[in-house]
Amino acid sequence: MRTILIRACFPVRLSELAKGISAVIQEVEDANTNDPISRRLRELGFVRGEPVRIVAQGPIGGDPLLVQIGFTRFALRRAEAARVQVIPEEFM
Amino acid sequence: MNASAAALRIAIVGNPNSGKTALFNQLTGTRQKVANYAGVTIERKEGHYTAPSGRSVRVLDLPGAYSLTAASPDEEITRDVCYGRYPGEAAPDLIVCVADATNLRLHLRFVLELKRLGRPMVLALNMMDAAQRRGIRIDTAMLQERLGMPVVETIAVRRGGTTALVERLDREVPPLAPGADENADLHVEVRALLADAVTAPRRTAVMDDAIDRIVLHPVLGLAVLAVVMFLIFQAVFSWAAPVQDSIEAGIAALGAGVGNLLPEGALRSLLVDGVFAGLGAVLVFLPQILILFLFILALEESGYLPRAAFLLDRMMLSAGLTGRSFIPLLSSFACAIPGIMATRTIQDPRDRMTTILVAPLMTCSARLPVYTLLIAAFIPARTVGGLFNLQGIVLFTLYVAGIVSALGVAWIIKRLHRDKSEHALLMELPSYRMPHPRDIAIGLYERGMIFLKRVGGIILSLTVLLWFLSSFPAPPAGATEPAIDYSLAGQLGHALQYVFAPLGFNWQICIALIPGLAAREVAVSSLATVYALSGSGDGLQAIVSAQWSLATALSLLVWYVYAPMCLSTLATIRRETNSWRQVWITAGYLFGLAYLASLLTYQIARALA
Repeated sequence: MRTILIRACFPVRLSELAKGISAVIQEVEDANTNDPISRRLRELGFVRGEPVRIVAQGPIGGDPLLVQIGFTRFALRRAEAARVQVIPEEFM
Repeated sequence: MNASAAALRIAIVGNPNSGKTALFNQLTGTRQKVANYAGVTIERKEGHYTAPSGRSVRVLDLPGAYSLTAASPDEEITRDVCYGRYPGEAAPDLIVCVADATNLRLHLRFVLELKRLGRPMVLALNMMDAAQRRGIRIDTAMLQERLGMPVVETIAVRRGGTTALVERLDREVPPLAPGADENADLHVEVRALLADAVTAPRRTAVMDDAIDRIVLHPVLGLAVLAVVMFLIFQAVFSWAAPVQDSIEAGIAALGAGVGNLLPEGALRSLLVDGVFAGLGAVLVFLPQILILFLFILALEESGYLPRAAFLLDRMMLSAGLTGRSFIPLLSSFACAIPGIMATRTIQDPRDRMTTILVAPLMTCSARLPVYTLLIAAFIPARTVGGLFNLQGIVLFTLYVAGIVSALGVAWIIKRLHRDKSEHALLMELPSYRMPHPRDIAIGLYERGMIFLKRVGGIILSLTVLLWFLSSFPAPPAGATEPAIDYSLAGQLGHALQYVFAPLGFNWQICIALIPGLAAREVAVSSLATVYALSGSGDGLQAIVSAQWSLATALSLLVWYVYAPMCLSTLATIRRETNSWRQVWITAGYLFGLAYLASLLTYQIARALA
């Protein structure tokens, strides 16, 4: 029990978030310097404090992910979602 | 500049899926002109209307963009026009920013970004009907005050749904004071605006959630997709066939009618076998193109297309393509021309090029006559394993060979690409919407005209050129062989025999390959001509099965899986990519593959026989 709680204090990657669990974005990391994908994610509203949820997964290997953010749904490949750090809501 | 000084030039800007194009259609109706921006294949749509005051308004529909920090060639154009630095494109007098009223968290950020340009600007809150249905309430007056620009509610898909916008645009719109703090966080501003001016009972539409639960389900979703694809494939293949037949018959009759008015000779032949045959070759593609795009436009408008891409993305990605490649490739089974035109729905230019490059490998319907002839002549109609027809298995194998090769080529292209940067998916799945007939009709008209104007000319001139090659010089008096034998095409065919002998092709095949460039199925009738037959398939089949070896037949079958034997496809690639380089690359690699595969087939088959 304790280990889970300690782990939960740290953000997880959006690509690791279970389907249907609400979470809040902590930050979007750059995979490399001047990462255009991270920049675009931020422009699309993937910014700190924004609530997100995985609503569906692709049929093969659970890729891509369908992410609900704001009023919008975006399909992100796992590599793209891995740039987004989130904190699952039940631990907040 | 002087002539248009009185006209107001407005640019419609907005996020993708904001209903921008529907608004543009509502404003301008059929008074539109679609062209390409210079040097690129991105569509430039301009239209005009007359304001109530009598003032002429020219409307430019800019490509959808999420941000002025462009991530694609479309977005670069939008950015440059908005900044007024696109060569040959004057900065708009006024920006009409379109935002989906049901998606303001995303769209308002772009509104704020555009506001920083400091140009006169009006915000059109579109899809107000959908917002009302979902119980989203927007305090327009508050929004207007906080944004410092006129805000007008619109319903672009409803008649009269843009009247308020037209009236507002007719009055003076003052320039905006550029934002004081250029570095202010736009997302913070958006959140504040939403908190003060917008109330929404829930963030998603109940209907969207329900449909997505089925359509994106790992099993059900794929089943739905299979049914949709089957319907499209059927429609493109079978609905178009009777229309295509009557177009061909009609053009042929017309050509014959005109021909009868002229004396026998070169002019008559030019008209009947060159111009009218070319016209037929162009028009015959039109039914398939229109049917395919009817489906694609309806699926795109309804919001299903990105869902299909979502389901298939992983599969296509492993081959170096993207989910969005699927529909163009599927269409290419009917004909590569509409397939290549459909690649416009692929945003990443690299993914689009790869898709165009492999589209000709999908077995198009024009190869069927060749396959049918050779299979019927050489493959015995035997039952294999008590269930399968051997001829059917061979045909199926030829289809599979095309698909496997396409995946292989795409995979190799991915490896060869110098630009290893990640291809982003980052695809918005918009709300479901009822497709609007007017928008689909305008879209269909555009596709049809693009094909007729831009591709038709090339196909027509190539057909006439091929007619010339096949007709001149005329056979000498007392010639015993078919006329084509003495022509340039005939001489070329004899010369080509040296190149194609290792593949087992005789000189008759080599000659038939040349007129077959116009359209693959012509190769069969050309073979008949070379063998001095009336063109009936049965006689040809007998000759072919008597005179050719099995190895030659197999080699020719394999040749047709790959061969760049369709000038219409190459013409389309030229038009759609605006690059001869792409054409040469496509033709070159297809020829190389065809030669290699046929060589292997012939030599192996001969060794085994």
